[in-house]
Amino acid sequence: MLAVENLEVVYNDVVLVLRGVSLAVPDGKIVALLGTNGAGKTTTLRAITGLLDIHEGEVTKGEISFDGAQITEEDPSNRVRRGISQVMEGRRVFVEMTVEENLRAGAHTNRDGERVKEARERVMTLFPRLADRRQATAGYLSGGEQQMLAIGRALMQDPKLLILDEPSLGLAPLLVQEVRDIIVEINQQGTSVLLIEQNAKMALSIADYGYIMETGKVVMDGDPAKLLKDEDVKEFYLGLHATGEKKSFRDVKHYKRRKRWLS
Amino acid sequence: MTIGLVVLAQATADGNAFAQMLVDGISFGAIYALLAMGFVIIFKSTSVINFAHGALTGLGAFLIAAFATVLDFPGRYLTFLPEWAQWTVNVLTALVAAALFGILLERVFLRPMVGEALFAVAIVTLGVDIVVRTITNDWIGTQPRPLGAPWGLEVVDLGWVRIAWSEVIQILVTIILLGAIAFFLRSRTGVAMRATAFDQETARAQGVNVGRIFSVAWAIAAFLAGVAGLFYSIFPRRATGVDQATAFIAFRAFPAVIIGGLDSIPGAVVGGFAVGIAESAANTYLTFEFLGNGFPGIVGYLLMMVVLLIRPYGLLGTPEIRRV
Repeated sequence: MLAVENLEVVYNDVVLVLRGVSLAVPDGKIVALLGTNGAGKTTTLRAITGLLDIHEGEVTKGEISFDGAQITEEDPSNRVRRGISQVMEGRRVFVEMTVEENLRAGAHTNRDGERVKEARERVMTLFPRLADRRQATAGYLSGGEQQMLAIGRALMQDPKLLILDEPSLGLAPLLVQEVRDIIVEINQQGTSVLLIEQNAKMALSIADYGYIMETGKVVMDGDPAKLLKDEDVKEFYLGLHATGEKKSFRDVKHYKRRKRWLS
Repeated sequence: MTIGLVVLAQATADGNAFAQMLVDGISFGAIYALLAMGFVIIFKSTSVINFAHGALTGLGAFLIAAFATVLDFPGRYLTFLPEWAQWTVNVLTALVAAALFGILLERVFLRPMVGEALFAVAIVTLGVDIVVRTITNDWIGTQPRPLGAPWGLEVVDLGWVRIAWSEVIQILVTIILLGAIAFFLRSRTGVAMRATAFDQETARAQGVNVGRIFSVAWAIAAFLAGVAGLFYSIFPRRATGVDQATAFIAFRAFPAVIIGGLDSIPGAVVGGFAVGIAESAANTYLTFEFLGNGFPGIVGYLLMMVVLLIRPYGLLGTPEIRRV
């Protein structure tokens, strides 16, 4: 469905952020993209959704295709029309508008009244709390509710592929679980999901496939069971030592990390 | 306070003068309201105060003068229509031309600024103002150009108050445009426009074509500026027509925008009428020698300062939303 081939992105003409990233999201699957801060996860997202230009970024190599069509240079609104929707990092709801208006803004590309209605019903069943607060000003919702609204807003576009950028960011553990369950539910309703996360445990628990990025490259990929068994993943993302006991990150030396990935 | 008391005392002394003052104020206020709505539309979509609005006003009025009196286009081909209808068609054509001009300006000067700092964009509009004003003034020349409104100098005399026909029409047109724009902002494009104003990147992520939204905003603003320019350049305002000073009216409308709140269409109308009536009141009652002749021109700004002290977001503006 979505295929990214050997993608290279440069910011401000000089900062090479992605150096040959390839990944694929097959139809109807959940794919997790993991990585630490600055690994290039969000840049990959921007390249896929076409929002690089306002960050002075540019795809210099590689290509992105969706359902067989080349979209590397396509206009962002066309990509949304094709069925790629995103939930941006940090929720980014329109705080001055009401919940209802946020959803309507989300449905901008969806001009078919019937489909909008269906999408709205879907959102309201997924998030009953939004249904209760339809006329509330979005800025006064709690953090969890805002995240639900951000996801709901993206779902108003009736996407084929939903990309979520750190949906668990800044949420309490219970809410993280709730978001996870909702992602699974959305996926079961037939939407493919690309889940960009730092919370590896949460992401790998629901993903069908996982990629791990570091300094602009995919350093490891495989199905979650394999990734979860990997010593490095255990150590760097799950905070577990080889023997399974918890270990302080302070003891991990940087040179060791780099060497390990390359080997 | 003292000003208010003086006004009140004199008003009760002479009811007719008071009514006349109100009518004048409302009709002048309608022009301010039209201009303020143009400011607000652009602010609502781009979060930028459009300093070129004065130039758009002058340009719109000039285009109307050109189409309605000089070219008589397309009225000259519509001889089966009565004369006033021909004039109306000419004016509408001119307004469409003004809107297209607004789109052109946006396309050439503001589209490259999408995603740039708002401050920089505001300065670009300042430059656009100077360029457009200079070119328009060159076209206008030294003599005022009449707009040829068919109702001319006719006045309805109700006994206790006199209203010019153009004032009646102008107030009606303002109300209709206000309704149309309030409706528009609730539409699909309107919601997208507000989303764009709030956060361009997120709006784009929802599939909103930000550039197109800007085009629409500039077209509407140029249209409204043209209508304001029209009513400002006919009897009873400046009956001689559009001249090189017409563009400056936008700066007198500026307090109206601030009073109403930069992002509120109803606010723009309330602010417009408030400034119009305040100026008219100053014109009627504050005729003390030591204040001089130009005093009514600054009353709007005084009012703006008072309002800002009490409500920093304007009367109907949206306060910044912050969860604590």
